[in-house]
Amino acid sequence: MAPLISIERLSVAFNGVPVLRGVDLSLQQGEALGLVGESGSGKSVTWLAALGLLPRQAKVTGSVRLDGREILGAPAAELDRVRGGRVAMIFQDPASALNPVLTIRRQLCEALALHRDLSGEAVKAEARRLLDVVGIPDAKRRIEAYPHEFSGGQVQRIMIAMALAGHPDLLIADEPTTALDATIQAQILDLLATIRREMGMAMVLISHDLGVVAENCDRVAVMYAGRIVEEAPANQIFADPVHPYAQGLIGALPPLDGPRRRLTAIPGTVPDPARMPAGCAFAPRCSLAAEPCCVAAPSLAPISDGRSVACIRAEASRRALLGMAAE
Amino acid sequence: MGRYFAIRIGRAALTIVLVVTFAFVVLRLSGDPALMILGPEAPPEVIAAFRKAWGLDDPIWFQYLDYFHAIAKGELGRSMRDGRPAIQLVLERIPATLALTLPAFVFKVALGVPAGIYAALHRGSGIDRAVMMTAVAGFTVPSFVLALLLVLIFAVQLGWLPSGGQDSWRHAILPIATLSLGGAAVLARFTRSAMLEVLGQPYIRTASAKGVPWRKVVTSHALPNAAIPTVTILGFMVGTLIAGAVVVESVFSWPGVGRLLVVAVANRDLAVVQCILLLVALTMVTSNLVVDFLYGFLDPRLRAKGAHT
Repeated sequence: MAPLISIERLSVAFNGVPVLRGVDLSLQQGEALGLVGESGSGKSVTWLAALGLLPRQAKVTGSVRLDGREILGAPAAELDRVRGGRVAMIFQDPASALNPVLTIRRQLCEALALHRDLSGEAVKAEARRLLDVVGIPDAKRRIEAYPHEFSGGQVQRIMIAMALAGHPDLLIADEPTTALDATIQAQILDLLATIRREMGMAMVLISHDLGVVAENCDRVAVMYAGRIVEEAPANQIFADPVHPYAQGLIGALPPLDGPRRRLTAIPGTVPDPARMPAGCAFAPRCSLAAEPCCVAAPSLAPISDGRSVACIRAEASRRALLGMAAE
Repeated sequence: MGRYFAIRIGRAALTIVLVVTFAFVVLRLSGDPALMILGPEAPPEVIAAFRKAWGLDDPIWFQYLDYFHAIAKGELGRSMRDGRPAIQLVLERIPATLALTLPAFVFKVALGVPAGIYAALHRGSGIDRAVMMTAVAGFTVPSFVLALLLVLIFAVQLGWLPSGGQDSWRHAILPIATLSLGGAAVLARFTRSAMLEVLGQPYIRTASAKGVPWRKVVTSHALPNAAIPTVTILGFMVGTLIAGAVVVESVFSWPGVGRLLVVAVANRDLAVVQCILLLVALTMVTSNLVVDFLYGFLDPRLRAKGAHT
């Protein structure tokens, strides 16, 4: 089946400093992909670059195809139809993501007018319906309110309503719950799951919270220093991570059942994008790193059905993990 | 909402009282009108009679209360020089001043705001750098230097325009140009930084992400937000319409309120100076009040804050 969106060799540099170094990623219709990694690993930049939302000084190369059609460097008018119409995006900090001087109605109706064949009363009615869908009580009255009159969780719901306005095929949720407290977080994730089920929409969930990703995604891609280092179905990556970095991330999570074990931490820090090591970016922090690791950066290679990993020590790493489990 | 404005109107009234008090005290401490107007050679008994006639020999607090008492009755005193009501002297001069400051205000806005917006939207471009360099030059050069420079070029060298006086519309060109350039520079810088600040906000990215064309992102999302800080400066400029041309009027011998003020201060013509300062305070305070009202109109968050506090 042809993918809904496929990203190939996507690279981004800010003032000559590479922050994204060749990302390959594709998504099927209706699929939920989790994108995890620490801050600065390029999770958000990947999608901002794909949608042409980065500032002009960012140099973007590679290819992004939506239904087979190249959208990277497409004319502005075409991108404007894609953004919001085919691919919608919601952001981390809902409080500053809505325009403070415009009413919710104006911001919602703007999106509706752009992407839907609606006019006059129908726009307003649809806006109210969307607010109902995302669970804003008393939509009829509240629609005339300004963003500051809503709580953080409510604003994120409104953002979701706005994202849904154009009936997108793909929703990019960029850390949608990071700024919210735990109970609200769960509600927003539930809402996203429900909507996705009902609308058959694909979703990319960008998060540094592995738990959030595990619960909400079919497939997970782990990013490190501007590259994807491992990609696998969600259940497999948590049970059996292959890349030493993915192992480190998952090893740092406390297990809910089974025997208590010492939580592991990944030693060192993420390398400075301006001074990337020549080989694998993770090699300086990797306990399994061997000489060849420091020579060339490994590319993402399939290891089994639906799984790929960018590590030349993948086999050794897997053995090491199995050995640890056997102990 | 009502409270928001009640507090501001109260503050405005207090400001006016403070300005008037300050002017009153400083003027009386800084020189003797009798000596200034009659000259140092005047006989002592003439000076004493003059002081008595104008109440200058009363204690200062008495004069002060007297002054407020008069204001309350709507009397702003008379000029010590020609005995005419001060307010009449000032009002006579206002049209001449407005003939300079009003067109200058229009030019400032028409030049400065678009230049600032354009520079922000094309940040780092050649035009941005040119606008910013002109703007820095425009407001670091004092207006009297700029005025003299313009006179030197257009009146002395080229001989296109008169260097002073008020005989025809051509006489107004250089003073208006002087006032406009400085103001436009300040506005351009302010508008540019306000725009840059707004363009970096997440809600601008949100608007782009939902497919709003860039032109509309700028006009319906960025500009309304950038207007808030820009309005502050505009309000300040409206406040200077009456007395903002003191230097320029002096350089170009333009018989407006500004020149009247300079002459009146030199002569310690107390009633006239006080009258002008009161008028200036009134316009300043009024334009600030209007700005506050506009804030409430432009920024719904302030409206809400006013309603709660």
